[in-house]
Amino acid sequence: MNLFDYTLEELHRMLVNKEITAETLMEKTFLRIEETEEQIGAFLTLTKDKALEKARAIDKQGIDPTNVLSGIPIGIKDNIITEGVRTTAASKMLEDFIPVYNATVMEKVEAAGMIPVGKMNMDEFAMGGSTENSAFQITRNPWNLNKVPGGSSGGSAATVAAGQVPVSLGSDTGGSIREPAAFTGLVGMKPTYGRVSRYGLIAFGSSFDQIGPFTKTVKDNALVLNAISGQDKKDSTSYAEENVDFTEMLEKGVKGMRIGVPKEYMVEEGTEEGVLKAVKEAIDTFKKMGAIVEEVSLPHSKYGIPAYYIIASSEASSNLQRFDGVRYGFRTENARTLEELYVNTRSEGFGMEVKRRIMLGTFSLSAGFYDAHFKKAAQARTLIRRDFDKVFQEYDLILGPTTTTTAFDIGGKIEDPLAMYLSDILTVPVNLAGVPSISIPCGFSNELPVGMQLIGKHFDEKTIYQAAYAFEQATDFHKKQPTFEGGVK
Amino acid sequence: MNIDEQSIKHVAKLAKLSFKENEVRQFTEKMGSIIEMVEELNELDTTDVPGTYHGITIDSVMRDDVAQQGTDRELLFKNVKTAKDGMIEVPEMLDNGGEGA
Repeated sequence: MNLFDYTLEELHRMLVNKEITAETLMEKTFLRIEETEEQIGAFLTLTKDKALEKARAIDKQGIDPTNVLSGIPIGIKDNIITEGVRTTAASKMLEDFIPVYNATVMEKVEAAGMIPVGKMNMDEFAMGGSTENSAFQITRNPWNLNKVPGGSSGGSAATVAAGQVPVSLGSDTGGSIREPAAFTGLVGMKPTYGRVSRYGLIAFGSSFDQIGPFTKTVKDNALVLNAISGQDKKDSTSYAEENVDFTEMLEKGVKGMRIGVPKEYMVEEGTEEGVLKAVKEAIDTFKKMGAIVEEVSLPHSKYGIPAYYIIASSEASSNLQRFDGVRYGFRTENARTLEELYVNTRSEGFGMEVKRRIMLGTFSLSAGFYDAHFKKAAQARTLIRRDFDKVFQEYDLILGPTTTTTAFDIGGKIEDPLAMYLSDILTVPVNLAGVPSISIPCGFSNELPVGMQLIGKHFDEKTIYQAAYAFEQATDFHKKQPTFEGGVK
Repeated sequence: MNIDEQSIKHVAKLAKLSFKENEVRQFTEKMGSIIEMVEELNELDTTDVPGTYHGITIDSVMRDDVAQQGTDRELLFKNVKTAKDGMIEVPEMLDNGGEGA
C-alpha cells in the first residue's frame, strides 16, 4: 500500500472497516519514509516510537467513525513547537532545543487523533524559498531530485509529494506554503491571518505568519483546516469563529462565480511560458464550468516585494532578539563578558540569510531610516490591501499563477539573495493584505508541476475551497505522481 | 542610497552581530542591491496614506484579569546551559567599566 493512492476519507474508511489498523498504517508510513528519505531529505527528526505508541493507543480505543482524521499520520514543520520533541527551525541556534510545551496547533492535531511522525526540514527560521538555507541539510523535489522543493516549508511539501505522509503542516509568511505546494504539485493553503493560532509557531514576521496544511487533494486540505483553526486564548490575533466547516460548499460548483485575473500576475516578461499556458487553460476550464472570469488590476503589486522585505525583516529583527544564548538554544563558548555572549552566540548561531534579514530589518528601523523605509513600507501595505478590497467589491476570487517559474535547480539562486526574494513576487501581496490563498496543481511545464493561486476575501476560505474543488474534479493533475528521476506518471 | 562598510558595521552593532572583514565586504555589496530594490518605494505617493501595521484589523483581546498557574519553574530551566542557586549563570556584565549589555 502506498499512501499516494488514498485520500484521507479513503484511509479513514479502511481504518473504520478494519481493513488496516492505525498501527499498520503507521508501520507502512515509516517503511515508505525509510525507502525514500535518503533521496528526499524531508525530515530533521523522526519520532517513530512515539508515533507507533499513539497508533496502538488509537487502535485500542477504536477508530472514531465520525472523525476522519483519527489515526492519520502527519508531518510537522520544524518551526512549530512540539513538547518533548526537538524543535530547531532548521537553525544551529536551536539544534538541541527541546520545548517544554506544545504549540496550539499541536494540541489540536492531537485532539483530532492525528499522529505526528516527525519534524520537517525548512529554510532556517522560515527565511528562504528553496529550503537550501537549512543549517542541516537540503531537501530534494520528488518530481526531479535536482530541483528544489521550494521553501521555506520545503520538507513539509516534499514529504507529502513523495508519498511519505498523507498530510503535513507548514507556515506561510510571504509564500512559504504556496510556493512549495506549487513546486511539488500539491494543495497548500495559507489561511486568513488570524484563522489559525500562532501560539507556539516560532515567530518570524508576526503580522504575516500563518500555519496551514499541505495535502494531495482539496477536500483533504479543508478537513485538516477544520481541525487546526479556531480562536485561541493564547493568541490575541486569532479570530472568533468556532467550528467552521470548510468542506460545506465543496459541491456547489462555480456557476456564476465571479473571478478576477490581475493583469499584473499574467505578464509574459519574467514568467515561464509553460506556467502562463497552464494558468490560461485553467481559466478556460473555469469558464466552461460557468464561472465569469475577467481581467482586473492590482496596480500596486510591484511594490509588494520591497514593502514585504522591509516589514517582515523589521519584525524578524525584533522577534529574533530573543536568541541571546541565555535561556535556551545555542550558547557560544567564546565569551568573557555578557556583551560577548550575546554577539558571539548570535554571530555563530545564525546562518547568513538570517543575519541578512536581521540586518535589513535593523537598518529599516534605525534612526534616520525609519520614515523612508519602515513607515513608507507600511503605507505601501495599505495601498496593496486597498487594491484587494477594491477587486473584492466586485469579485468572489482572484486567480493567477502561484509562481513565475516551476521548481528551479538546487544551487540556482542561493548565491543571489535578490533573485531569491523576487521569486516571491506573486505570493507576498496576499500576506501584506492578510487574505487567504490556496495553491493547487493546474498543469505541467517541462514535466514539473505548475501551481495556480486562488485568493479569497478575509475569512472566506470556503469559497476558495469551493472553486478549487470544482477545478480539481474537472481535471486530473492531482492524480499525477512524481518519479523522483524527473518525468510524470 | 549607497550603503558603505561603516554603516554596515554600525547596523551590525545595533543588531548584536559581528562580521569578519571579508564578510563585511560581501554584505555591503549584497545589502546595497537589496536596499536599492526596497527604495523603489520612493516613487510611490503616500501622502495622507495611513500605515498598516497588523495582519487584519481586529481589536486587542484581553483575557479576564484572573491569576493563572504559569509554567513550572523547573521546566523553564530545562533548556538553560548553566544555572546556579535557581538562577541562570552568565559571564560578568561589565568588562572593566566598559559598555555593558
